[in-house]
Amino acid sequence: MSTRRLAADRLQPDNFAFSSDNAEWVKTQIAKFPEGRQASAVIPLLWRAQEQEGWVTRAAIEEIARILDMPTIRVLEVATFYFMFQLAPTGSNAHIQVCGTTPCMLCGAESLVAVCEKLIGPAHTVSTDGKLSWEEVECLGACANAPMAQIDSWVKGGFHSDYYEDLDEAGFAKTIEAFRAGEYPKPGSQKGRFASEPLGNQTSLITDHAEPHNAAVATAIAEGASA
Amino acid sequence: MSFDFLTDENRIFTNLYGQKDRSLKAVKARGHWDGTADILGKGRDWIVQEMKDSGLRGRGGAGFPTGLKWSFMPKESDGRPHYLVVNADESEPGTCKDREIMRHDPHTLIEGCLIASFAMGAHAAYIYIRGEYVREREALQQAIDEAYEDGLIGKNASGSGFDFDCYLSHGAGAYICGEETALIESLEGKKGMPRLKPPFPANVGLYGCPSTVNNVESIAVVPTILRRGAGWFAGFGRERNAGTKVFAISGHVNNPCVVEEAMSIPFRDLIDRHCGGFRGGYENMKAVIPGGSSVPCLTNAQAKDVLMDFDALSELKSGLGTAAVIVMDESTDIIKAIWRLSKFYKHESCGQCTPCREGTGWMMRVMDRLVEGRAAVEEIDMLLEVTKQVEGHTICALGDAAAWPIQGLIRNFRDEIEERIKALDTGRVTAAVAAE
Repeated sequence: MSTRRLAADRLQPDNFAFSSDNAEWVKTQIAKFPEGRQASAVIPLLWRAQEQEGWVTRAAIEEIARILDMPTIRVLEVATFYFMFQLAPTGSNAHIQVCGTTPCMLCGAESLVAVCEKLIGPAHTVSTDGKLSWEEVECLGACANAPMAQIDSWVKGGFHSDYYEDLDEAGFAKTIEAFRAGEYPKPGSQKGRFASEPLGNQTSLITDHAEPHNAAVATAIAEGASA
Repeated sequence: MSFDFLTDENRIFTNLYGQKDRSLKAVKARGHWDGTADILGKGRDWIVQEMKDSGLRGRGGAGFPTGLKWSFMPKESDGRPHYLVVNADESEPGTCKDREIMRHDPHTLIEGCLIASFAMGAHAAYIYIRGEYVREREALQQAIDEAYEDGLIGKNASGSGFDFDCYLSHGAGAYICGEETALIESLEGKKGMPRLKPPFPANVGLYGCPSTVNNVESIAVVPTILRRGAGWFAGFGRERNAGTKVFAISGHVNNPCVVEEAMSIPFRDLIDRHCGGFRGGYENMKAVIPGGSSVPCLTNAQAKDVLMDFDALSELKSGLGTAAVIVMDESTDIIKAIWRLSKFYKHESCGQCTPCREGTGWMMRVMDRLVEGRAAVEEIDMLLEVTKQVEGHTICALGDAAAWPIQGLIRNFRDEIEERIKALDTGRVTAAVAAE
């Protein structure tokens, strides 16, 4: 475990409100749970607040506590317990999360960390141009496509969260620079695999590809990623 | 005798890579959602018995028989609703199999949820997916929406007369939520801290109601097992190790991949057939973690002839776990590879139990030094002793999971740790002499 605290007061905005679309969406989340169990929606709501604002602010925590009729401390402890909640501002274009756990480390994750340090700066700080930030995270569950990184981005007019897989240093550097320039590069395997099949020599479920992209990449392209 | 490899005709996941048409119409054409109401029509007892007969053991790591687990649910409701909770918090390092099911074959899981819920008298299932799987969540939600629109789930699901709702929720980056009671806590909107057992979830689970938590793969294989028969599934793998299994192979093989194979496949057959062989040949293989980060590693000699199933791996004091096979070649710094796992467990300890909260940090700090050789040889045994003090002394198995990789390292690679310490010692002497 590690100690996680909210950002300093000087960084905290005075208030928070869900956009009207998000406010409608909030109702659908609460409706998934039985009467009186609305607290179950706290993680999805905090995540949506982060999508909207780029990070979880104190004002968002207080507003979500109000919406869900929870004591603020209960929402605060959830926000600080779960590592995906960013408690300080992230890069305005993208926040890069390099998987560093053993399967990715065996395949070169340390060199990806070095790329981030070189192009962005120290972990958990925003680059001088304000566009990018990064951190090393624990296993992202795409080990057969190692090394990889998850990139949360706010480009092309919306929020996106994608896995960039089968990475190498040069390609990863280009991907980072593309996000800096406000582009949305194609996620998925960067080595030309469709998904997690063996590269170049598929051994099962061989088919004439009916689908142009795997499910994750297809959604990203629908959101504006380059095809 | 060569191994009888699984053929596509016997694969449960017919679109694991998502290359084939993913529309509901095509999903049905591949045989899913076929005669679901007839299966429910055979009744709860028949379904549970058939699952017991199939020999399916839980695919989330522990390998507990699925049918038996279902039979722990109360037969009649005492007024409280029953719940099926699907553990889609796939976070065990090395594991990336449920991801492929959820994004590319999600209807297997949704149909499985309906059948399993029916068998346990549950009218609602909650699927809890890890927060990082954003695209997988979207794909799965889209499939749930399709299933509702088509009448496959919802009121009178699939025309069976049974009402069933399926809800998808998610976490936000905490490995501990893969522990079933931590998952329930998280689903209730709290920190993911495991509960003391008993009471077990089958009596007091989600919202204090009888609940069963099953892994994604365990549920997703159910419809096919019931359609093709328990005997069909039990026909794969050795006795007590039945069925087909989705393996995830990562690390130093030529072609890492996720693939469904028959249980009890020999290790080298799995690697040679599906991964294009081991990088640099098997003489270049140093170690294998056969079932996700929590199980102890094997040496080359142990791994190369092992069968990939629960019993064969537990005989070697390791385990099949989630069938996440992490392989390492001779270039690997095995001490560092295990150190990185220690760092992982230290990061992911929820902090509730002192032996785990303090022990994982302590173990990681000693491992920090062992990586560099900056330790005394006696400290190896001290570290081993600490792993024993953490193991078995915590509410959940995270403490055990943090201890076992280190125990495997010391058991199998003690020479290497000692050599590194001695090399640094020798280096120190040389440096001291050189300074004079």
